[in-house]
Amino acid sequence: MAKVWIDGETSIEVEDADGVNAVRLTVDDKEIIVSPGQTILEAVQRRNGIGNIPALCHHPAVKPYGACRICTVEVSEDGGSKFKFVAACLYPVKEGLIVKTQTEKIKKLRKGIIELMLARCPNVPKIQELAEEYGVEKPRFVLGDQDCILCGLCVRACQEIMGKSAISLVNRGIYREVAAPFYAYELTEECIGCGDCAFVCPTGAIEMGPDDRPILPKVKIPYAEIEVLMKKEAVTPS
Amino acid sequence: MVEQVRKLLEKRVESAAELENLRQSILGKRDTSRICISVCGGTACRASGAEAVVEAFLDEIERRELQVQVEMKETGCHGFCERGPLVVIEPRKIFYQQVKPEDIPEIIAETVLGGKVVERLLYVDPVSSQRITYEPDVPFYKRQTRTIFGANGTIDPTNIEDYIAVGGYSALSKALTGMKPQEIIDEVKKSGLRGRGGGGFPTGKKWQSCREAEADIKYVICNADEGDPGAYQDRSLLEGNPHSVLEGMVIGAYAIGSHRGYIYVRNEYPLAVRHARIAIEQAMDYGLLGENILGSGFDFNVTINKGGGAFVCGESSALMASLEGKIGEPKAKYVHMSEKGLWDNPSLLNNVKTWANVPLVINKGADWYSKIGTSGSKGTMIFSLVGNINNTGLVEVPMGITLREMIFDIGGGIPNGKKFKAVQTGGPSGGCIPEQFLDTPVDFDELTKLGSMMGSGGMIVMDEDTCMVDVAKYFIEFLKGESCGKCTPCREGINRMSEILSNITQGKGKPEDLEALEDLAAVLNAGALCALGQTAANPVMSTLKYFRDEYIAHIEQKKCPAGVCRDLIQYSIDPEKCQGCLRCLRACPTGAITGEKREAHTLNQGLCIKCGACYDVCKFDAVIRQ
Repeated sequence: MAKVWIDGETSIEVEDADGVNAVRLTVDDKEIIVSPGQTILEAVQRRNGIGNIPALCHHPAVKPYGACRICTVEVSEDGGSKFKFVAACLYPVKEGLIVKTQTEKIKKLRKGIIELMLARCPNVPKIQELAEEYGVEKPRFVLGDQDCILCGLCVRACQEIMGKSAISLVNRGIYREVAAPFYAYELTEECIGCGDCAFVCPTGAIEMGPDDRPILPKVKIPYAEIEVLMKKEAVTPS
Repeated sequence: MVEQVRKLLEKRVESAAELENLRQSILGKRDTSRICISVCGGTACRASGAEAVVEAFLDEIERRELQVQVEMKETGCHGFCERGPLVVIEPRKIFYQQVKPEDIPEIIAETVLGGKVVERLLYVDPVSSQRITYEPDVPFYKRQTRTIFGANGTIDPTNIEDYIAVGGYSALSKALTGMKPQEIIDEVKKSGLRGRGGGGFPTGKKWQSCREAEADIKYVICNADEGDPGAYQDRSLLEGNPHSVLEGMVIGAYAIGSHRGYIYVRNEYPLAVRHARIAIEQAMDYGLLGENILGSGFDFNVTINKGGGAFVCGESSALMASLEGKIGEPKAKYVHMSEKGLWDNPSLLNNVKTWANVPLVINKGADWYSKIGTSGSKGTMIFSLVGNINNTGLVEVPMGITLREMIFDIGGGIPNGKKFKAVQTGGPSGGCIPEQFLDTPVDFDELTKLGSMMGSGGMIVMDEDTCMVDVAKYFIEFLKGESCGKCTPCREGINRMSEILSNITQGKGKPEDLEALEDLAAVLNAGALCALGQTAANPVMSTLKYFRDEYIAHIEQKKCPAGVCRDLIQYSIDPEKCQGCLRCLRACPTGAITGEKREAHTLNQGLCIKCGACYDVCKFDAVIRQ
């Protein structure tokens, strides 16, 4: 007989049953039984009061992506002697896995990531809430004025749910942004105005315009600079 | 047409015995006493004018009608790039360096026809001041163990018969006809070979998991997306000996049961692309690639894929995304690529150097191979030795050689009598190692302990005039431009690090900046999605660890001790020492220096752009930099 937790408050005693298609794992010292084939984040989000994993770039309707990194947790596959940092939204549940979602190291890491997000997007309420929860008062860096955290949910929703790819993540590094593919100056007729992108956006960076077309996050780089960038990075045909 | 087909069929080698016959017939046709002029055709020598040298040789040979007596060969990189263009006259191996087209008639007349040595083209050992006649006696080569790189200087990479003549494809024939796939993997495991691309993952273990993964289709990939600043060893290997890489790939494919391979190579490496393509075509013609290889019934095809030059595409999952035609972004590897890689099929990806090691392991055996190197790192490693060093070039040394041997014995030390300051290993994700660790043996584990890494084998030597904050800033700037931008820690974190480092080098640094840098490094290390981000802070952390006083000097005294950061230095002229020679005045591009002949000059700070031209030309140490 073993004690397993249904949610944060309720536990039941179960018999060891071999051959049952389920995995047992421990989340913040509470053992839970879940069906295999899901990620740590999915398993934990279904159990009220067990673990605390924030997530911004995750949405159940699209495939996990692992971009925002605030869902990072510590896991041990060897019974607790060695722990490593993994993204809960991508890491599959495994038999005997030990997951820690609230260690000091994790809190410090999330605080660091949220500080970076807040420095980029100081005016986004969702980020402000997280900053308060994790004790970020004022970022130590020069503040930006963006709303978009580049989680890519809008792009994935457009592609995976609607099958359209009317918007894309363009360029790389700090120049990365959500735009029409290949930096087209405006959205093409690929965009059917469904509003999925605005719906899934965790920060409210995309709004629907009066013509039922989404208004993408403000483009921060002037187009002249983009042309220079694109020329610089163009591949020479051979 | 019929004739062409017959010719093609004639070339095909159908069995191990036929390959051996072919080798003997190639060797039999060769006259070993015939004079062969081999010119290094590596990219570095080409940049110093090797192509004109080849032209000049061909013209002179034609003019004197020596086509029968003399063979002319353009080989791959010899490694001693500092002294290019290099010419070696076989069979005596007379070594000429920095050869110019106008030297050719003399070489032909004196050496080729007269048997005499042209003294002035010989290499002079800076230590003993002696002229060295033969290539193997050059100290730069003498201390190396050139097991992978050795054939580069003797074979023409565009001629498969050259490779076969030196024993090429014998490992393939041994593997295909005499070994079971599992035996090959066991041999690779036993050899202790570790991935040469940076991570140092045990190669045999990777092969095993790829073999065990159940799938109808498996892929073999050669990672030639070398992108570290200052590193060009993969490029030289693919340019100089592409068949050794191909041979390794076919063996790997046979071991895991794959029939499709890719070489992912940068578009910026046109010669490597060309030579790899020629090698594939020739290997197909000879039946060493394609269908029914060596009559064994095993099929394997290789395609070249040119990368657009994104640094992150050297990361295995990003490389595979790029191969699939998607944006080159990494993804989490909680399930290994050897189980679920390219198009979700098991994929065996190894670095160029790793593949080139495979034929050696199979031919000479794991026991022989594992005798080279240290307990944890076996075999040799090719490093590109660059920076403030006398003998710039590619060196192949056994694992475990000390940094001191590499830099001072092979590299010939620091030029212009300057002092050694640090060596940066492992590319932008590596760290800077200071003088007190020069006796550290170079292998995967020891470099990691010092906060650096082996990486792909880049080694940048820095002298006392290098500012370590500036170096950290350089690498962070590089990574800032190369981060794919997918995950928050890497995209935002590296950018903020760059912001802080820029401030420090401009004299705007604050004492609390160092703590912020350390916090950012921790976030990157634990939070970033792929190895690019996880290791991005290494240049900052290692310089902070070993050269913290330089950071503090920048922040507190607003001084750059090495005199590099322009915002923190000032040039002035010492009127006592100035002889009024006008040299600095003439060198100054902005007219900031004024004065009359034989009178002390003055420098107008408002016009000075701190380029240092006056400092470099002054013969009397009258220009002061502080």
